[in-house]
Amino acid sequence: MADITKDRKKRSLKSVLTKNVVTLIFIFLTVAGIALSNLPVFYLASEMLTRITRNTFLVLSLIIPITAGIGLNFGIIVGAMAGQIALIIALYFGWTGLGGLLLACVVATPIAIFFGYLTGVLFNNTKGQEMIAGLIVGFFANGIYQFLLLIVVGGIIPVKKVPMIKPDGVGLRNTIALDTNFGEVGLKYAFDDVFKVNLFHFMMIVGAVIIIYSLIRLIFRNKFQNVTNQKSKITYIIYTVLGAILIGFAYIILTASTGSFLFSGTDSSAIQSLNMLQTIQVPIFTLFLIFLIAVFNIVIMKTKLGQDFKSIGLSQHIARVSGINVDRTRIIAVIMSTVLAAWGQIIFLQNVGTMNTYGSHMQVGLFAVAAILIGGATVKNANIGHGILGIILFHAVFIVSPTAGKELFGDAQLGEFFRAFVVYGVIGVSLALHAWKNRKGLEDLGQ
Amino acid sequence: MVAFIKNIGFPRFMMSLLLVVILVTAIFVGIPIGMVMTDLIQRVGMYGIIVLAMVPSIQSGTGPNFAVTIGIVLGLLAATTAIEFELVGTTAFIFAILMALPLSVIVGILYGKLLNACKGAEMTIATYTGFSIVQLMCIGWIILPFTSDIMRWPIGRGLKTTFTLEETFKHVLDNFLKFNIGNVEIPTGLLLFFFLACFLVYSFTQSKMGTAIQLGGMNNKFAVASGVNIDRGRIIANVISTYLGAVGIIVYSQSFGFIQLYTAPLMMAFPAVAAVLIGGATASRAKVSHVIIGVILFQGVLTSSMPVLNEIIPFGSVAEISRMVIQNGIILYALTKVDGGH
Repeated sequence: MADITKDRKKRSLKSVLTKNVVTLIFIFLTVAGIALSNLPVFYLASEMLTRITRNTFLVLSLIIPITAGIGLNFGIIVGAMAGQIALIIALYFGWTGLGGLLLACVVATPIAIFFGYLTGVLFNNTKGQEMIAGLIVGFFANGIYQFLLLIVVGGIIPVKKVPMIKPDGVGLRNTIALDTNFGEVGLKYAFDDVFKVNLFHFMMIVGAVIIIYSLIRLIFRNKFQNVTNQKSKITYIIYTVLGAILIGFAYIILTASTGSFLFSGTDSSAIQSLNMLQTIQVPIFTLFLIFLIAVFNIVIMKTKLGQDFKSIGLSQHIARVSGINVDRTRIIAVIMSTVLAAWGQIIFLQNVGTMNTYGSHMQVGLFAVAAILIGGATVKNANIGHGILGIILFHAVFIVSPTAGKELFGDAQLGEFFRAFVVYGVIGVSLALHAWKNRKGLEDLGQ
Repeated sequence: MVAFIKNIGFPRFMMSLLLVVILVTAIFVGIPIGMVMTDLIQRVGMYGIIVLAMVPSIQSGTGPNFAVTIGIVLGLLAATTAIEFELVGTTAFIFAILMALPLSVIVGILYGKLLNACKGAEMTIATYTGFSIVQLMCIGWIILPFTSDIMRWPIGRGLKTTFTLEETFKHVLDNFLKFNIGNVEIPTGLLLFFFLACFLVYSFTQSKMGTAIQLGGMNNKFAVASGVNIDRGRIIANVISTYLGAVGIIVYSQSFGFIQLYTAPLMMAFPAVAAVLIGGATASRAKVSHVIIGVILFQGVLTSSMPVLNEIIPFGSVAEISRMVIQNGIILYALTKVDGGH
């Protein structure tokens, strides 16, 4: 008897390990990289924060197609192009500030819907090969995008002489600055600068929200009886403690410079780095947008449409038999993903501040897909948690690998090649593992 | 007419039409046809063998070899080793081609095993495996202990991104028995080598093993019933494909006159895939004749359209844009013809 439970325990540990092998490797890489690179905490923290707020939206745009069984939508590049076209229109007409950027999002929407529709139709014609089709459609659309922006603009459609048009009046420049738009504020940081809060104040607020939420769930426990995913009491007590720790941690850091007793013995350079940490600001509005998209992803799964996505993802055949219009629903999933990617690219670029007209979009699909896979998603299963964990791990490795490469081999370039290898490798390995498991599953069933 | 188009295949028909239109326009615009033809013939020989690498993998059922970049990287490794040993001319070329063989066999077997483990998703996995191997070798080009002054950066670590083959084996094939017809240059050696490779692959497809591999690629159940070892056939086909990729890049480099390392091979698989598809292949059916037709049509359109388009539309890089649209449009078209995984 004891042997059986032991055996089961062993097996479950093994299955947890094999299921999360990619994530575990990345946790290891992150820890090793941070230890090797010796980067200052301030730099790490502020870079991480920037990259998380910058990229999360794009990564979350991948979830709906995965649920609908389309797989990893490498075609979000097309959505990113729609976002960039909208930004170019916004810059051309001199729209600025928050209003300008929101207007750009509005302009991006119909373009992205159109692109998403075409991509969806293509995916319906290449069922079973959506991922490679998504990759190639990105290259294909890039050709059309370049034709539009290099030749049609100025060559066929007459345009005013604005700074982003090339000197000869035909086509757009390679890089377009979003920050100075006719001497006005421009579009850079238009979302980020709406409302900012000190990182540690933000942590305290988050801690407080967690505590209040857990306490409510604990105290009014009886009223939530009908909720299906009721968690145990212990979970909420742990949440409360974690919230308290978060507040305590933030408080200690904030009071460090003002002579807290905890830091009486530490030297001045440590205090100085703590002081620098205190200057980190959190762009609340951008986080709010990410929060909205996360809520959207959860809410949509509760609707009829979301249930359709799920049943198509499980089996197209059964979904069709039960009266779901499979092709139409798949197109809707791709359109949603494309529109979200367009907005995601706008959020990304307003933070970066300069648009590489012919390059900014090309890596979007690759990085987003790699990130969500690192977070533990598979071709068939992804959620918001995978996305966020993936972004944290992926960008941590991204930030530290050049410095780690320099420390290890005396060459930053090696670290950069290594991270590119890892990005491609992660996608290859995750897809191969998934296909291998699928095939093994089929064999187990059949024989 | 519709039946005719259906018979020769839509991509082949479109590209032939395009080539004729471009050539006629070229004559009207006044572009020297001799120069265009010289260029075209050389490019057919240059790209031909990499395109040929698609045939075994498609026939074995693993689809177009999007990971031909693995073979390309191995070919580059063999070529750089030849230069490292201070070999020149034909010796260097032959050494590189021979050295690529054992490398391709080892790596090809591993790659074939990977593809066997994940049947049904070969194309996407192949693409990303190819990408990651190219990036891995980027590290290799820096840390491998090469000492040749031709290849190394004068200061710093590692090999140069591009270096000339002027003093080693540039044009060893191109210049072999080269002659002129009017003002069209014929690189006899290059063409002979390409056709020899085509002939060898063709003979292989007609052999017993080649037939068995094709059988396995076409219909799994029937092949199993007749006792064919499908998995083994897929491995052998991918070894051959990898080796053809390796030989292909060596031939390409001697003709181009330079060796390009680091991320240069990253996107090289896609034009090769497009070329064989243009020639009439599908993702599950390919013949050597598709390679020859495809590489002539695709490279023909690319080489001849460049001067023509630049004459008509003087701004922007129209030729490069049309290459992207044609190449990827053709691959997408072929993907819509793949019988889905159900």
